[in-house]
Amino acid sequence: MKFLCVECDRQMGFAERELPGDGTLAAVFTCPACNRAVAMLTNPMETQLVASLGVKIGGRALPEQPLELVRSAMQGGREDAFAEAPAAAGAHPSWDAAAKERLERVPAFVRGMVQRIYLDWAAQHGIALITPDVMDEARRELGLEGM
Amino acid sequence: MRRLRTYHEVTEADRSGLGSQVAAQHERVSTRLAGIRHVVAVMSGKGGVGKSFVTAGLAGGLARAGRATGVLDGDLHGPTAARMLGVAPGRLEVRADGVSPAVAPGGVRVMSSDLLLAEGAALRWREPGQFRHVWRGTLESGMLREFLADVRWGPLDVLLVDLPPGTERLDALVELLPRPPGVVVVTIPSEASFRSVRRALEAALDASLPIHGVIENMAGYRCAGCSSEGPLFQGDAGERLAQKAGAPLLARIPFDPRAQAAVDAGRPDAAADALAAATRALLSRLEGP
Repeated sequence: MKFLCVECDRQMGFAERELPGDGTLAAVFTCPACNRAVAMLTNPMETQLVASLGVKIGGRALPEQPLELVRSAMQGGREDAFAEAPAAAGAHPSWDAAAKERLERVPAFVRGMVQRIYLDWAAQHGIALITPDVMDEARRELGLEGM
Repeated sequence: MRRLRTYHEVTEADRSGLGSQVAAQHERVSTRLAGIRHVVAVMSGKGGVGKSFVTAGLAGGLARAGRATGVLDGDLHGPTAARMLGVAPGRLEVRADGVSPAVAPGGVRVMSSDLLLAEGAALRWREPGQFRHVWRGTLESGMLREFLADVRWGPLDVLLVDLPPGTERLDALVELLPRPPGVVVVTIPSEASFRSVRRALEAALDASLPIHGVIENMAGYRCAGCSSEGPLFQGDAGERLAQKAGAPLLARIPFDPRAQAAVDAGRPDAAADALAAATRALLSRLEGP
């Protein structure tokens, strides 16, 4: 799927993504020449169709996590299926109490992966303390539906 | 009227790169499997012929023979391979570079949806309520892909893939792997099994997959009391399928209730004993005499 600015004959580039939380997705594309923007709105089925492929509209900001599709899409996972290996030595972002509490509400089956994604994203952005606002920003940028 | 450029003519860089993301997924599979000498699919077109028993027996026998062996349970909805190999669900370690497989008592490395699903839970996906059939197959292929690419299999001599009945999972496996897997076909002697398994065999032959051989399971009944053998199913499906495949009949395995009970209880040694000749024949096919 590509978007072409008919006026400029230029391919429009992905600019941003919104996840309203109802299973739909909005992806904004802009023309590099005239800055005209269009939004692609997908219904829950179309969103799911793309998600089922394990790909991200707008590209990946972080490397794919191990068993990412399974852990994010499978229902009925064992709570004790996974043990996250300790992170490598060095400075890591820390969590404030509210962010920690929010993370605890994530189902145990997927919690370790979600935690790793937020940590990686925060580290990539030079953020030392993960707060709920940081989580919201990461979620929006990464397209983490339901996390 | 202005002529619009076609999809293939529009080639500017795009951050989304969905095609590149899919290509990267396949590259991850190739990279992970680079250290695996042989991938062998254990398949049958028919359910209930004992594929998982055969897989457990071959895996146990290969490990006994000193071969580094893995088992990927491709039966995502009805997984049995892990417990037959004596693996109980437990925490799988996740590192940045992948998930550690479970290790069976005999050293066989195992990955199965049984290790991920809550006890008794059916495989279900978070998805919108309508038209689930549209993407369910895609999600299951994605699960198979991640079992191949994201499990830290390490160097293996043989990775056995225990496939469910039918041919759909075999097709997905062939498309995911960087080179065609070998195939071991499992049947029981009956005419019904011959008809069903023949279709699966045709699919494997159409895909030009190397058929290592046919195993005829439940070829007779071995009494648990006196060990005498008697007939169980009429037919010679194993021999006929082997002829059709141009491959050897690796073994004819009588149904032994003691061996089956032991494997069901997670003690695969009895299956490895029953499959000893088949394991030797398979190794000869894979490594040469």
